[in-house]
Amino acid sequence: MLLDVGSLAVMGVTLGAVLGTAAKLLAVPTNPIEEELQNLLPGSQCGQCGFVGCAQYAAALAKGDTPITLCAPGGKATIEALAKKLGVHADADAHEEVGPRVAFINEDLCIGCLRCIGECGSDAIVGAPKQLHTVIADACHACSKCFKICPTEAIEMRPIPQTIAAWHWQKPGEHAAH
Amino acid sequence: MKLFPILGGIHPEYRKELTSEKAIVALPLPKTLYLPLQQHMGAPANTTVNAGDLVKKGQLLAKAQGAISAAVHAPTSGRIAAITEMTAPHPSGLPTLTIMLDSDGKDEWGELMPAINDPFAASANEIKARVAEAGIVGMGGATFPSAVKLGLGSQHKLEILLLNGAECEPYLTCDDRVMREFAAEVVDGARIMAHALGAPKVIIAVEDNKPQAIEALRAVAATQPNVDVVGVPVQYPMGAERHLTQAVTGRETPARKLTADVGVVVHNVATARAVHQAVRLGRPLLSRVVTVSGGAVAQPKNIEVPLGTRVSELLDFCGGVTKEARRIISGGPMMGQPLPSLDVAVVKGTSGILALTQKETNEHASSPCIRCGSCVTYCPCGLVPVEMASYIRNDKLDLAAKIGVQDCVSCGSCSYICPSHIPLVHYFNYAKGKIAALDRERRKNEQTKALVEAHNARLERQAQAKREAAAKAKAAKEAAEAAAVAAQAQTNSAGGANA
Repeated sequence: MLLDVGSLAVMGVTLGAVLGTAAKLLAVPTNPIEEELQNLLPGSQCGQCGFVGCAQYAAALAKGDTPITLCAPGGKATIEALAKKLGVHADADAHEEVGPRVAFINEDLCIGCLRCIGECGSDAIVGAPKQLHTVIADACHACSKCFKICPTEAIEMRPIPQTIAAWHWQKPGEHAAH
Repeated sequence: MKLFPILGGIHPEYRKELTSEKAIVALPLPKTLYLPLQQHMGAPANTTVNAGDLVKKGQLLAKAQGAISAAVHAPTSGRIAAITEMTAPHPSGLPTLTIMLDSDGKDEWGELMPAINDPFAASANEIKARVAEAGIVGMGGATFPSAVKLGLGSQHKLEILLLNGAECEPYLTCDDRVMREFAAEVVDGARIMAHALGAPKVIIAVEDNKPQAIEALRAVAATQPNVDVVGVPVQYPMGAERHLTQAVTGRETPARKLTADVGVVVHNVATARAVHQAVRLGRPLLSRVVTVSGGAVAQPKNIEVPLGTRVSELLDFCGGVTKEARRIISGGPMMGQPLPSLDVAVVKGTSGILALTQKETNEHASSPCIRCGSCVTYCPCGLVPVEMASYIRNDKLDLAAKIGVQDCVSCGSCSYICPSHIPLVHYFNYAKGKIAALDRERRKNEQTKALVEAHNARLERQAQAKREAAAKAKAAKEAAEAAAVAAQAQTNSAGGANA
């Protein structure tokens, strides 16, 4: 009896010690969840969330002291992905859905200063010095950085109109008749 | 012929007697036609005419753009009044680009495409090109461009062209009348399509509640050794392409695959007739047969309608809608869609216009699920509607997707049978649309990410090149300086020596 208890106790203590030291010695310095969260974010460093860039927002998210609904370009899909990763409820109400938008350059006002091209993180604006600039709508993800920097206010963020192909039925209400 | 059972399904009241004995009548030519550029799945057509142009009947108004698209032609002669956005014949009521054609009343044909007199000597591509040129789409309601579907033969080994004359939706009799009155055209069109597909056999499947149609088709098919006409049991949704394939051939189509993967292509009977007209007569798709029916229609009829006719004109031709009308639906009562207004146009996929009374719509407020399991028994796709609906209600779309909500064909059998009147199929339609929308958003985010990474990599490369150039310049400068110093030292030492 004593032998059994003793041997198990010794085994427990030794293995515990091994695990304890291993945890100390082989500790991962960064929080791996940060990187995973950063991968879920668009990565355009637009700063609309209020943080400097996506990495900083991911770090704050990992600490759990910021809402998951701040990423404007990511939209609902990103919120849901973050909610799933963090195991929290996606409170989409706090997210002010502005709807999909796209930058548009008013040709009458553009002076060809190249500043918006320098800001664009996804190479969605083409142009040359003193030439008209234009937006490749498919590549624009509405981070609004160009909108903020334009010296002549030639850029506006236009809502993308809803199309029939993208339309779908809304969720039925609790007491829907049919 | 041996038939195979299909899973689940329901037997609603068919109410086809309202119009089944009414021969197809032609609609008097409307004053103005409204032709949406998107009457099909895929990309909208691209206009080839401008406002003010005079056009002849059959003239191309908008050509297909992209791989999946369909052309639009003038159903009559007249003047293009405008090309503008108008309410689409779609439950969303969103605007869609539409060509307004003012008829000149002459109904004058323009130049037709040359008739292909011996289509069986023509190549598959020639037939396909003709079908595409004629703007033909699946007329059962799915409106998938037929030419694209005829191209399946090049990637799959096909054995059977299954012509769908099941018409399992209640009320609708347009396919029934087409089969009865134009049996020869339907069979000929089917044979042409089978030739284009490279399928050696044609089977025309018709539900047993249309004996005259079966008889008419058999009379024509008797002379054709490779065409069979088969009566299938009356069971909704027999007309769904996967279910019909299963019932006739016993082959089950795997989830997210095509029936072509099991060697079968399914086309609607009205599509076959349109193909016959395009190939033999060179006529594009300009009109279709529409059933106007329902308890709130004064005189239900089957009508050959020029595409682009307003629904209100169609209803007026049938004596108008009575006061009891509760719902106006495009298509059948099971899978049809409510119309946003009566001013929308009849398009290529409009099989019926139904005005239903309160009694027919039989609306009830939904009550909590009693776990009876009826929906599971009746689901023809072998899904578990009760569980999917509860996931969707709680916004767990990923779990609903995991148990197959995307395999739902939206037949509505579950909603029909539910004793608690839960709008099950509405949940599934919402979930399917929402999942697709989230997918699009996710793809967009991934694309943005790739662009951002490429952008950053480029900046990094430029910075690296700059650094390297700077380092090189510095090294060159240092070398030059060192050389100068060395030269100086040499001069100095030489000078020293001299001194």
